[in-house]
Amino acid sequence: MFKQISHTFLYVLDQDEALDFYVGKLGLVVHTDADIDVMRWLTVTLPGDDSLQIGLLVPGPPLHDEATAAQVRELIAKGGAGGGVIFETDDCVGTYEALRAKGVEFTQEPMERFYGTDCALRDPFGNPLRFTEQPRPA
Amino acid sequence: MSRATEDRNRRLLRARDTIDRSYAEPLDVAALARVAHVSPAHFARQFRAVFGEAPHRYLQRRRIERAMELLRDTDRPVTEVCLDVGFASLGSFSRTFAAVVGEPPSAYRQRWLAARAAGPRERASARAPACWEKALRRPVGAPAAQPSPPASAAPARESSCGEAGSAAAL
Repeated sequence: MFKQISHTFLYVLDQDEALDFYVGKLGLVVHTDADIDVMRWLTVTLPGDDSLQIGLLVPGPPLHDEATAAQVRELIAKGGAGGGVIFETDDCVGTYEALRAKGVEFTQEPMERFYGTDCALRDPFGNPLRFTEQPRPA
Repeated sequence: MSRATEDRNRRLLRARDTIDRSYAEPLDVAALARVAHVSPAHFARQFRAVFGEAPHRYLQRRRIERAMELLRDTDRPVTEVCLDVGFASLGSFSRTFAAVVGEPPSAYRQRWLAARAAGPRERASARAPACWEKALRRPVGAPAAQPSPPASAAPARESSCGEAGSAAAL
């Protein structure tokens, strides 16, 4: 059976703007940025751990016809596209403050939950993201 | 055309996120319209067009969802839960809660306590992160326009959400 999750995908409205955000602000790194003829294949990973790549796809041909692409874009913008990522961090509050200082749009400040401390944000396009600090072992 | 729709959707999502984050505050149309860069006169109609329900109904469901958790997982008195989630009066809280959930707050709490006492069954969705809890547990009942009154005779409903300064209620 399967042994690893290697790729997941998020739809974004603009790949350059996505790079500014996911790399420039969140601190991910580019894994692949390639013109594969039919589209720009753009994936990012955590620095130092490329076991999971997040593909940043733009709705449109060849994945979608124009009318479908327009619908997907509108869904992304109202937070309804269905994608999302949850990261783990060793320091939720510190990361929150650092990202806020960079102008990242948070939808929930850090809160203690039974599974740890976490907070929520959106990427520039409307996709929901979250990061969690696991509870420290007592 | 589509660009304009995307831009509108994104701005209204920002206003909806504000409801989710600031539900306990006395939100009004003017403040949310500012977040969305929409004129107050157009805000509610645009919100409904994008999200399928009026902003005040969305706010009510958010508040009631928060109240349900506090009633389940804390022993705070109902009067404090009411204030915690942004209602200014116990009357409007109780009516809205009953309209959304189908039973009054105290009955809801009693039922949960009884169910918990009956068996230590762990709630499966208690494993979901907060964003999913928020989305999955939000009640879908219709409190806003013409709620069916509870079995007991219900007083006339207020048109506001019961928040402070409700002259410009959503």
